[in-house]
Amino acid sequence: MRYLDEYRDGDAARKLLDAIASAVTQPWTIMEVCGSQTHCFLKYGIDRMLPEHVALIHGPGGPVCVTPVEIIDQAIALALRPDVILVSYGDMLRVPGSAKDLLSVKAEGGDVRMVYSPLDALKLAREHPDRKVVFFAIGFETTAPANAMAAVVAEREGIDNFFMLTSHVLVPPALEAIASAPDNRVQGFLAPGHVCTVTGYVDYERLAERYRMPIVVSGFEPLDLLQATYMLVQQLEAGRHEAENQYSRSVKREGNPQALAIMDSVFEVVDHGWRGIGVIPRSGLRLKGPYARFDATRAFSLDTVAAPATESVCIAGLVLRGIRKPVDCPAFGSDCTPEHCLGAPMVSSEGACAAYYHYARQEAAR
Amino acid sequence: MTFFPECPLPLDEYPRVLLAHGGGGRLTQNLIERVLLPSFDNPFLAPLHDGALLDVDGGRLAFTTDSYVVQPPFFPGGDIGRLAVFGTANDLAMCGARPLYLSCSLIIEEGLPMEDLWRVIVSMKEAAVEAGVQVVTGDSKVVERGKGDGVFINTAGIGAVLSGLDVGSQRVQPGDEIVLSGSLGRHGIAIMALREGLSLDAAIESDSAPVFPLVEALVDEGIDIHMLRDPTRGGVSSSLNEIAGKSGAGIVIEESRLPVGPEVQGVCEILGLDPLYVANEGNFLAFVGAGQGERAVEVLRGYSLGREAVVIGRAVEEHPGVVIMKTLIGGERIVDVMSGEQLPRIC
Repeated sequence: MRYLDEYRDGDAARKLLDAIASAVTQPWTIMEVCGSQTHCFLKYGIDRMLPEHVALIHGPGGPVCVTPVEIIDQAIALALRPDVILVSYGDMLRVPGSAKDLLSVKAEGGDVRMVYSPLDALKLAREHPDRKVVFFAIGFETTAPANAMAAVVAEREGIDNFFMLTSHVLVPPALEAIASAPDNRVQGFLAPGHVCTVTGYVDYERLAERYRMPIVVSGFEPLDLLQATYMLVQQLEAGRHEAENQYSRSVKREGNPQALAIMDSVFEVVDHGWRGIGVIPRSGLRLKGPYARFDATRAFSLDTVAAPATESVCIAGLVLRGIRKPVDCPAFGSDCTPEHCLGAPMVSSEGACAAYYHYARQEAAR
Repeated sequence: MTFFPECPLPLDEYPRVLLAHGGGGRLTQNLIERVLLPSFDNPFLAPLHDGALLDVDGGRLAFTTDSYVVQPPFFPGGDIGRLAVFGTANDLAMCGARPLYLSCSLIIEEGLPMEDLWRVIVSMKEAAVEAGVQVVTGDSKVVERGKGDGVFINTAGIGAVLSGLDVGSQRVQPGDEIVLSGSLGRHGIAIMALREGLSLDAAIESDSAPVFPLVEALVDEGIDIHMLRDPTRGGVSSSLNEIAGKSGAGIVIEESRLPVGPEVQGVCEILGLDPLYVANEGNFLAFVGAGQGERAVEVLRGYSLGREAVVIGRAVEEHPGVVIMKTLIGGERIVDVMSGEQLPRIC
């Protein structure tokens, strides 16, 4: 199929693997930031084809994995209200809150619906004027412009039964938190191409300079990741630390100005909690100005109840920060599986634990 | 006082049935293996094949049942009626049996347009002719509005096992070649594209069709068939995992050989789905003796339904019970059972 096959070509992959192998003279530890990249590495078995000297650490992954338990609990509380239709992206439905997940709430009779676009949530609000439609708006910068657009349309059309429970997070502050941590092992980043399609990579140039770490903006197909890895190890070997763009068919240095403008007009940057990591300064987005009235936490006066601290062997926090691998967890594959998970990375389709469980369990057992 | 033994699916895990319990993945497997199988334990059920094999007066019968709840009931390439006939007929074919007789049980929701019901029944009638079966018994119930979803259909079927044919996972052995008779995922993607309101240049049609003639052709050509399975709910990955699990063989498939049409591939990329997990309704997997795969493919390609047939892999001694895929770029990975429903990713 055009635009796919050329990025999954076996011969080209082998050439890039050879190039990486001959470029590397010493051990390097690199992090792919996005969960879709982790999944591609494991789904195609690339992680095991790379030279031993190139160690991959899996980053914070998908927005689903880092959404705080407290916000999931708020979504669950809303979904249990008879006057509410809770609308979410599918991936979020299986992520455990402190007691249950949204799919279980649906089985109990809560009106939980899955959509592919925030505009579908607006449509539901128009169709059900007697109900309150709450859209669980999560995501990195990738989904933020479309979610912002939903607020703009709701405002313009005066839809007053539409609300958003937001958990929007920003990638550069998280990379900064990882790079500046005293126990950091990461020497270079593969940055998320879809996020950078929206934001561009000027911020990443600053990060590269400040932490003297090379960053390569990468796509999501096997050849994208191999080429980006090659670019990254070339920088590492040469002692360079620049932000480079492998995903040039989609990403421009300045990003997408329209998308950035609408984000900026609807959201303000705030401190935000990341599941497993903690609060990262100025790493989240909140509805502002005339759009604040759509904020579900205000409209429903939701309290943030701290999730009860639980004794768990789960090391999701360490996995999300790249300190440990999923298979290092004592619960991996035994007490924690996608059907009955202890941590979000096992259940999200972008989570590192799920990637290992689905694609490389055998390897883990060896 | 009624005594209820403790439910074998621990309540702390799932106090209520989830949709994923019906998705054909691991939760469905749990439901079958922990709740249903031990309750009805007997040697006919135990192999958990597509149907039970029953010896009756010197002959061998295959007996199966299936319920159809597809929403929407009418879709490109078929409807719930065709599915209800072909699905059950195909389960019989997967037992190596010629489908003969079907029952038809309808659960109809009050308010269903009579026109819709008629369309379904006419469609079943035509499908029965096409599949060479007769609907010989049935039942109909109507439930109150809101208590059903238009129409649900259950069909049970009886077929006669082709003489000398013995298919079952116990016959799968290292060296067996795995033939897939048609391209992946057309039924599931046709339904999903319709549900999601995707407007495509050309509508993807369900592959819903009766497969028995293809099975018979393989038998007539003297192909040594060890195992048959139609990869419906849960797709090819779930079927292969089940067979690997039950036979104890390892399975290796080659990604480059998987037949996926460009429309199916395109929708899968958009929705974040893997065609290996998507339902099929008009193809099947055949495990045939070592060295017979290409010959089987040649036979199948003589039929329009089998024109995309291909050898996708083989059974091996290594990694017993595990399905491994050689990826397009030369790597290897596990092909796992789906854990719940396939949910779309968000970015």
